[in-house]
Amino acid sequence: MHVPPVYPYVPPRELRSNGIARTQVAIVGAGPVGLACAIDLAQHGIDFIIIDDNNTVSAGSRAICWAKRTLEILDRLGCGDAVCARGVSWKVGKVFFRDKLAYQFDLLPEPSHKRPAFVNLQQYLLEEIMVERLRELDHIVRWKNKAIGLQQRGDGARLEVETPDGRYAIEAEYVIAADGARSAVRDILGLAWKGQVFRDRFLIADVSMQGDFPTERWFWFDPPFHSGGSALLHKQADDIWRIDLQLGWECDPDEEKKPEHVIDRIRAMLGPDRAFELEWVSVYTFQCARLERFVHGRVIFVGDAAHQVSPFGARGGNSGIQDADNLCWKLARIVRDESPASLVQTYDDERVEAADENILNSSRSTDFITPKSGASRMMRDAVLALSQQHPFARLLVNSGRLSTPTAHCAKALSTRDRDSFECALGPGAPAADAPVRVAGRTMSLLDRLGGRFDLVVFDTNDGKAGALQSEFGSDLRVACIAPAGKQGKDVLEDIEGLARHRYDADAGAVYLLRPDHHVAARWRAPSVADVRSALKCAQGMQ
Amino acid sequence: MTLDTETNIQQPDEFYQALIDAHAGLTDEQSAALNARLVLLLANQIGDLNTLRQAIAAARALI
Repeated sequence: MHVPPVYPYVPPRELRSNGIARTQVAIVGAGPVGLACAIDLAQHGIDFIIIDDNNTVSAGSRAICWAKRTLEILDRLGCGDAVCARGVSWKVGKVFFRDKLAYQFDLLPEPSHKRPAFVNLQQYLLEEIMVERLRELDHIVRWKNKAIGLQQRGDGARLEVETPDGRYAIEAEYVIAADGARSAVRDILGLAWKGQVFRDRFLIADVSMQGDFPTERWFWFDPPFHSGGSALLHKQADDIWRIDLQLGWECDPDEEKKPEHVIDRIRAMLGPDRAFELEWVSVYTFQCARLERFVHGRVIFVGDAAHQVSPFGARGGNSGIQDADNLCWKLARIVRDESPASLVQTYDDERVEAADENILNSSRSTDFITPKSGASRMMRDAVLALSQQHPFARLLVNSGRLSTPTAHCAKALSTRDRDSFECALGPGAPAADAPVRVAGRTMSLLDRLGGRFDLVVFDTNDGKAGALQSEFGSDLRVACIAPAGKQGKDVLEDIEGLARHRYDADAGAVYLLRPDHHVAARWRAPSVADVRSALKCAQGMQ
Repeated sequence: MTLDTETNIQQPDEFYQALIDAHAGLTDEQSAALNARLVLLLANQIGDLNTLRQAIAAARALI
């Protein structure tokens, strides 16, 4: 049984002084997304305060599947190893229709990527790891501090905070609202939430059992143990299994939540002889919706506070962490006066685009899992029936399109390709990983990149990398990728030739990467002026 | 590709009989399920999304 940590509430010193805390950035909410923002800002050396109205981690597993891109971000935030060591990695998914296996998929990872397609770790354990990482960086969350009011000002925002010992205010240049699906900040600002609520209810449970079920994602449509509904079984860390059962709109949620009912349903699913314990249970409905804009004056919405999706593609938690990844370097540049305030607008544009992509995928999954009409159900069942024998139909089966990162195509910060490349790493796309050797040590390319602007220069003998480094000084970090066997100061040996392959790069090719690993520009053989212009563009200075 | 609605079926009467025969003895619900599977199989044969969209629109236009 997971015993949630109780984090200490410390009466804020401002209660004793003038009642106002001043900081560059205030973060409301210490879930995975708020914590990711805090860690990222801490790594950037930005002054911030993070508050949470509770003093522990989330109840129940909630977000459990962390996608490769998110793991790469967690690596950059210094949490990746702990998450992967604690979590369960998986790649096989099975889809059953009635009593038969309809098909199975294998999220076969490309070899020589540091991180697998997915690692499952219950949200509360991720939060514990992130709180610990924040402590390593000498920051704490202000637990039991609740946002109860907010006023926008021209040059910042003032947050009213309530604690067990009274109230105080935080004055910040920016406020990040990371306070979840029922965001208090969103309510305070009275912002409308646009989208679609699905008329269906799901029972979600964490079950502790010593199962011999493999570490795979199992999804059932209309199974014998739960006729007419869908079911999901997925493994998490510490022998906890996640079970989702579709209940339908007509059910009585309070009745369904009663342990005797839940246990009956789970016993029907797992078989009469399986010993298990119920750790947590909830009945939920969901929506696919978002705020119209994520930036409102000096208040910026991230994660579930900004957008919500159905749970079937693991797109909630993953997109939230990706919001933080996109936002924090921009905010850091703005509060340090390195970029104009308009740079934050690109967070809005890019992450609204990502939210729409996630909402589209998640709405389609929901339409498949919960058909809205007789015809829709008929077609869905036809797809499932055909999928057992006919491969084409398997691609139509939609039990959740699992989270993939959004490429911010042709956006304000990208420089359009002048040269042609035969790979998907166009401007806006997240950079690809590859194993490299640095001073005799093998490591992941992505671990050498990020957190600042990087210029990845391929295999030049003419001292170009060194010249670019002296040209740009601290504005850019130059990484020189060379063929295996070629060593030197700051040279990354492309030991399997995969960097060259994945970036479709021959000698002289150059990639400019943003601090969040996304490609800003690439060339076959750029001039210094090309790089300078693309860098200015990516910094929001054009 | 453009949706071809000129004559393309080589033996129209044979095809039509095969189609109707396939429904023999089925309940309405079984027939609807058969039609749904048939639509999916034929759609895969066509493959091209634009053509499929034209076919969907042509069918819908008669309602």
